[in-house]
Amino acid sequence: MSKPKVLILRAPGTNCDQETGYAFEKAGAEATFVHINQLLEDASVLEKSQILCLPGGFSYGDDIGAGRVLASQMQSKLADAIGEFHDAGKLVLGICNGFQILIKTGFLLPGDDAGLSATLTWNNHGRFIDTWVNLKADSDKCVFLKGVEQMYLPIAHAEGKFVARDQSIIDSLKSNSQLALTYCRPDGSNGADLAFPDNPNGSSANIAGVCSDSGRIFGLMPHPERFIDPTHHPRWTREPQGDEGQGMVVFRNAVGFFA
Amino acid sequence: MSNTTVASPTNGSDSSSSASNIWQIDILTSDGFPDRIAEEVLADAPDFGLPTSLKITAVRSFLVQGDLSAVDVQAIGNQFLAEPVVQYTVIAKNGDSVFDTAPAGTSTLINVMPLPGVTDAEAESALLAVRQLGYAVDAIATVRKYWISALSDNQLKLLCDKLLCNESIETIVRGALKVDDLQLGREYEFNKQIVPIRTSNDDELSGLSKDWQLSLSLVEMQTIQAHFKTLERDATDIELETIAQTWSEHCSHKTLAGRISYTDENGTRQFDNMLKETIFAATMQIRADLGDDDWCVSVFKDNAGIVRFDEKNNVAFKVETHNRPSALEPYGGANTGIGGVIRDTLGTGMGAKPVCNTDVFCFAPPETPFEELPPGVMHPRQIVKGVVSGVRDYGNRMGIPTVNGAVYFDPRYVGNPLVFCGNVGILPQEMSFKAPEPNDLIVSIGGKTGRDGIHGATFSSAELTESSDITSGGAVQIGNAITEKMVMDVMLKARDLGLYTAVTDCGAGGYSSAVGEMGEELGAEVWLDKVPLKYEGLSYTEIWISEAQERMVFSVPEKNWPAFEKLCCDESVEATVLGRFTPTGNLTLKYGEEVVGEMSMAFLHDGRPPVIREASYTPAVPTEVSVDGTQDYDGQLKSILGSLNVVSKHWIIRQYDHEVQGGSVIKPLVGVQNDGPGDAAVVRPVLDSRRGLAISCGMNPHFGELDTYHMAASAIDEALRNCVAVGADPNQIALLDNFCWGYTDRPETLGSLVRAANACHDLSIDLQTPFISGKDSLHNEFSYTDDTGNRQTISIPATLLISAMGQVPDVANCVTMDLKSSGNLIYQIGITGNHLGGSHWGLVSGNNGGHVPTVDTAVSKSTFNAVFDAISSGLIRSCHDLSEGGLAVAIAEMAFAGGLGVEADVSAIDVSGTDGANADLARLFSESNTRFAVEVESMNQAAFEALFADIALAKIGTVTDGESVVVRSGETMLINSPVGELKEAWQSPLDWS
Repeated sequence: MSKPKVLILRAPGTNCDQETGYAFEKAGAEATFVHINQLLEDASVLEKSQILCLPGGFSYGDDIGAGRVLASQMQSKLADAIGEFHDAGKLVLGICNGFQILIKTGFLLPGDDAGLSATLTWNNHGRFIDTWVNLKADSDKCVFLKGVEQMYLPIAHAEGKFVARDQSIIDSLKSNSQLALTYCRPDGSNGADLAFPDNPNGSSANIAGVCSDSGRIFGLMPHPERFIDPTHHPRWTREPQGDEGQGMVVFRNAVGFFA
Repeated sequence: MSNTTVASPTNGSDSSSSASNIWQIDILTSDGFPDRIAEEVLADAPDFGLPTSLKITAVRSFLVQGDLSAVDVQAIGNQFLAEPVVQYTVIAKNGDSVFDTAPAGTSTLINVMPLPGVTDAEAESALLAVRQLGYAVDAIATVRKYWISALSDNQLKLLCDKLLCNESIETIVRGALKVDDLQLGREYEFNKQIVPIRTSNDDELSGLSKDWQLSLSLVEMQTIQAHFKTLERDATDIELETIAQTWSEHCSHKTLAGRISYTDENGTRQFDNMLKETIFAATMQIRADLGDDDWCVSVFKDNAGIVRFDEKNNVAFKVETHNRPSALEPYGGANTGIGGVIRDTLGTGMGAKPVCNTDVFCFAPPETPFEELPPGVMHPRQIVKGVVSGVRDYGNRMGIPTVNGAVYFDPRYVGNPLVFCGNVGILPQEMSFKAPEPNDLIVSIGGKTGRDGIHGATFSSAELTESSDITSGGAVQIGNAITEKMVMDVMLKARDLGLYTAVTDCGAGGYSSAVGEMGEELGAEVWLDKVPLKYEGLSYTEIWISEAQERMVFSVPEKNWPAFEKLCCDESVEATVLGRFTPTGNLTLKYGEEVVGEMSMAFLHDGRPPVIREASYTPAVPTEVSVDGTQDYDGQLKSILGSLNVVSKHWIIRQYDHEVQGGSVIKPLVGVQNDGPGDAAVVRPVLDSRRGLAISCGMNPHFGELDTYHMAASAIDEALRNCVAVGADPNQIALLDNFCWGYTDRPETLGSLVRAANACHDLSIDLQTPFISGKDSLHNEFSYTDDTGNRQTISIPATLLISAMGQVPDVANCVTMDLKSSGNLIYQIGITGNHLGGSHWGLVSGNNGGHVPTVDTAVSKSTFNAVFDAISSGLIRSCHDLSEGGLAVAIAEMAFAGGLGVEADVSAIDVSGTDGANADLARLFSESNTRFAVEVESMNQAAFEALFADIALAKIGTVTDGESVVVRSGETMLINSPVGELKEAWQSPLDWS
């Protein structure tokens, strides 16, 4: 089997593309970096890849709202192409700003007559925050989290609070194992209402990452590409670390899916 | 789904609105979600004495001009601008009465809009995206609407002036908003301006300099006059402006690079070029001494200094100040400060890729009562918040981790806050130099040109007064980070494809400085009418000197232009040919076919008459510390931990993305709960390499009150020991200087600076740590008239920031400052003297006496090397430098960062220069240089001590599982405080919500 190809999508303001591509390559993929202008011109570029990754950053400055401008471009011009890509059994990963885009396009959680079912909005404290969080995984469905129970990863965002239109949406996502990643306490537990800092942004149901019904589209606010080296861990000088960081599993699972 | 109110135009109360093609989309927060914009204002309102009953509802509003149907606008508003679930909209023609309904409990409507021409990034992005969605929109503007509960006229004015609107960039409309046209600009009528400079008398010359904000002295004006007399013609306006920009303090550093006669207790010394004969000379000597091992690459000539990093790469480092704009508009000032310094490294060599930022700020204490502020200054808390958000929004959006910083507080920064922004970049070794080739095209990419920041270069060389916020408003720019990110992305691609021969940034002075510098050796012809404009109506001179942000200038061989242009076009970056580097030795400025300026590069760059200054210095006479009776050391320790310079800056640090780019090794906050104060940050700029860069800084204005020589020496020592404390090699640390001083036309003020520069020279040579670049900002004084009608001036304290960039051969050896395990030994490394002068103990105890810390460079050099050896050999578990608050603060910080206790006996520390009474005071709080506290595992005791055989070393205690920091001196208990209380004292003061 040749190396799976990952298309790392760049747009004005994308800024985690290089290290995300590096993580994928470390996991055994071949990364290509494609500008949104090129994809808008010719969506067939997508066909050459097995994985589409929307990395972190501030696409179009996050003006209007995080990911809003790029989401509207993709929704109006690329919905069909990405639908076909997904239907072909391929994978889509959105990290941070990429998650915001996947939510705001409806690619991850399709809307209905009443519009989109959920959004990512301002953190409760109203500020950008860079900090590390404990995460609990529901790996039943999500291809990217196969074998994962708990993770420790950094977040860096201002608009990461997951809000659904109503509770029933969250309930059905949960029962369908789509709440793939939730903020938790260091011991792995989480209840209905975790407070800051365990739940860093006030997300409903402590939601940090969501996967599609297929399990092949995954969006998350934390940055797995920022914990692939043992020295990325904030306490590596005092706590023993393995050979690689916990975030690598996300990329290895994606590559392994095509093995 | 959004609740939407759509009023059709005919329902509007104002019949004229139906004729307008401006729609208004109001975006409101849905019930159950916080009104963030209002909450921000309400949080600060009590600082200004506004009633706690104040109620505000904020509305984000977009004005959209174009030929649109109601259905179109509804789609734009609901499907694009408003966030589903958490927001809803009200949409109608602008002027419709539907917008006039006051929310419950409010009565007054205040609209805040950007002044015409001020960057409105959100509107720009909205316009771009809405057009891409296929709507015919001509213009978009944003408005913040505030519905406010009943206030007196004075209260409302206070609220508007201080919290809702910054008049240097925004304007207020009270009541219903009615806008006729969003499109800016008017047609420009070409008019070449000739200034009869040859016939002007001295008064007229001085008047011309002042009226045109040229900031040129009479001698300089006379030199220009003489030059044009020899040319037998008068000058054009653009020629005078070009000379003023090129000769400005900001661009030419004429004071410090000028002739200075300096007198101190050792006699008088004449400098022909002070900087060249001190700091620069030291670097030259170090490079000569190193010979083949010279690791400096390019110093003091490009936009940033460059040194060697690894086999393939060099690194560039620059720190700039952006003080005056930040005093007027903290957000925009800091924003463009960081944007500008990033362009400095981008414009270094053939372009360096930015890898991390460092930011240091000086403010007045944020709790300063509003009533005590001099007229015309912003409240320091507003400045702090604005500056931090400005750096955050630009650095984070650029995707550059902000990894290091410091904040220094002193009441004298009230009118002149200081904002230092720094950036490190990496570039392939062979890309470190550049030169335009004859007849290369002059190409500008990035932002368009407007009237932004006109006279920024000359403005930054003048003193601020209480009316600066009114008269200098034109100098304030706002950045748009995404434009700069796009420029960065394409320029690094173009660099690697070899498409250009030289690059520089457009900073102060705009194109006039950028093209003037690049074409200095060749000559250039510029076609000003080709410059893309934000709006019509700019004169050729405005185009030439505008400081509009996010522009870079390249020299592109004509054969490469098609490829260069396509690369830019593919990523939606505007690229324009502005002229040609013609090998004439002249700078020729054209507008259409008209030559509007023609100057020789030689006169422009070498024609400035030297600035000649007197400088003198008299060091303060040292006094002794007088302490009476028993000291409450526990209380003093907590006071120092809670003093503003020492306290935790987590509120700031966590707003910066310090991990983007994936190279983070040592983060700014470290320890068992990720919240202890690290000494220096370490990053790996090359993802598949183990080699690291350590970034740190040193600064201590308080020592400057006693002797600026020792202040500078201490700042250098502090920057170095911060770097060494995490594992950097002391033999490869590069330094930067940033001098921020008061009015240096006064001999004693300039003298204090020359004295500091002498220290930089001496320490640099002795420690073999070269300065590779630097910057100065002079005349940081604020003048106002007080209540009694007297003119008052506040000068900032002499402020020297030393930034250090060290290298770590293998990041696996790095250490942090948090204690690791109980049972480990604690040592103090270095010599403690009686150095309480200018100390934080003096600050909290109100004791002004004491001796200033000095540096013995022979001791520093051997100590730094020994610490590096010990860290590299894995013999040190934690290491913390001793600085503000001395040993007591260092141990307390190590304890609470590690969540462990300490049992220590400091009697083993020899103290030089005290009588017995003050020895323990000095052991705890002296701020003597070149000292560290380290933690060592007992099994490594012998190996560790062997490395320090010739260096002062005292075993002072052990790490415990206990919950207290206990420090004795023999039988005497000095400190016994719970770790939790110490941490609380340190963490709570700036724990802003």
